[in-house]
Amino acid sequence: MVETTAHTVKSFDDDIAQLRSIISRMGGLCEAQIAAAVDALVTRNVEAAARVVAEDKRIDVLEAEAEALAVRIIALRAPLAGDLREIVAALKIAGVLERIGDYAKNIAKRAGTLALAPPIGPAVIVPEMARVVISMIKDVLDAFVDRDVALARAVCQRDRGVDDFYNSLFRSLLTFMMENPHYITPSTHLLFVAKNLERIGDHATSVGEMVHFAVTGEHIIDRPKSDDTATYFSPNQV
Amino acid sequence: MNIMNIPPDRVAATVVPKMTARNVDVFYGAKQAVKNVSIDFSRENVTAFIGPSGCGKSSFLRCFNRMNDTIAGARVSGEIRLDGNDIYGSDMDVVQLRARVGMVFQKPNPFPKSIFENIAYGPRIHGLAQSKADMEVIVESALRRAGLWDEVKDRLHESGTALSGGQQQRLCIARTIAVDPEVILMDEPCSALDPIATAKIEELIDDLRGRYAIVIVTHNMQQAARVSQRTAFFHLGSMVEYGETSMIFTNPVQARTKDYITGRYG
Repeated sequence: MVETTAHTVKSFDDDIAQLRSIISRMGGLCEAQIAAAVDALVTRNVEAAARVVAEDKRIDVLEAEAEALAVRIIALRAPLAGDLREIVAALKIAGVLERIGDYAKNIAKRAGTLALAPPIGPAVIVPEMARVVISMIKDVLDAFVDRDVALARAVCQRDRGVDDFYNSLFRSLLTFMMENPHYITPSTHLLFVAKNLERIGDHATSVGEMVHFAVTGEHIIDRPKSDDTATYFSPNQV
Repeated sequence: MNIMNIPPDRVAATVVPKMTARNVDVFYGAKQAVKNVSIDFSRENVTAFIGPSGCGKSSFLRCFNRMNDTIAGARVSGEIRLDGNDIYGSDMDVVQLRARVGMVFQKPNPFPKSIFENIAYGPRIHGLAQSKADMEVIVESALRRAGLWDEVKDRLHESGTALSGGQQQRLCIARTIAVDPEVILMDEPCSALDPIATAKIEELIDDLRGRYAIVIVTHNMQQAARVSQRTAFFHLGSMVEYGETSMIFTNPVQARTKDYITGRYG
């Protein structure tokens, strides 16, 4: 549902296009950062991990640009209705992407540490999980730029798959640690890596909800949530 | 909730409307300026009319105190009631009607008389003051309600035209208030004023809400958003959309409304 009519003042359209472009670039960087961080983890490449940590600054710079531009548009153009919702969404999405960048950086830091410890089996699930969250970020930002509500909803639905990966990895790592207590340090790092990916999935989902509100003016009501590890050790089970 | 071309009493069902319009058409000769518009006004809500030039919003506004009567070739059909009484009925005294339904215009138009006389004129012709002391009370109270008293209390006998534009417009609002109207119609009341004077008028509108049913025509959409609780969007003589102001400006239903308020019109 792309806006068919242009603004009478054409530079308004240019401003909005520029804001969308910054968000797209941030999203592209986030995808690349997650992929590179997980690749550094799998290949046990300390230098590559360090590069990911350094690259995070570029996302931070773009977030500041997006914020300044959004504030300028609000101040100078007084946007209303769909325009206003889109610009507020862009402002929030920029903040979320900056956070996703931080998670990727954190994965890279842990990849550096994990490279110095003996390899652990359950790590093989991480690249698969990363592929899912990367595709979620890509699709949810396409949904933002194309104002595609159906795609935004579909991305929200996919978060369940990420949670399933995380639940499964959580259980295998628990078993792994019980069997090999001296693997507790690398296993804990790996658990945090998986938790970061799971949080990235949650953030992509919340971007999907922002896109839905920006386009329709209505909130998505029920959000799927199936990370059950917080209740894994319930009093009944212990 | 947004509704289209249906009476707004469903929007404010608990409020007794002060004025109601049903199926109103306005013609200037053969040209139809307003097409089948129905709306209610209450004291509780300020109603804003927005829309491009020539959309019929001012023509429609002028129906409510029969200002269209003064335009040759203008014809109004449909039904407009004030407290349930047909204002176009044969028993309606137009002079009385215009005291009950006051109007403030785009350009401040004080009489070339003193500030005091500008306010006193209306109450005098309507016989509202029994004595000089009465009149002084009416003048002070009108100027106070219009937020102008402190600025003019020491110069009441200077000419109204010596005031600044913003003060003149508040003087005109005070003049309207002095005859104790029930409805105040404002046709672009701030378009000739600077932002500070505009802010004072907007604050005044907010103060007066609840006491008078206020209807304002404005080209400034931010102003409509700031001062009104209900907004009606007009286009080519029709009321395209009517609803809560917050909804009209954040999530309008009609594509034409959306295009207009987001600057995509035409």
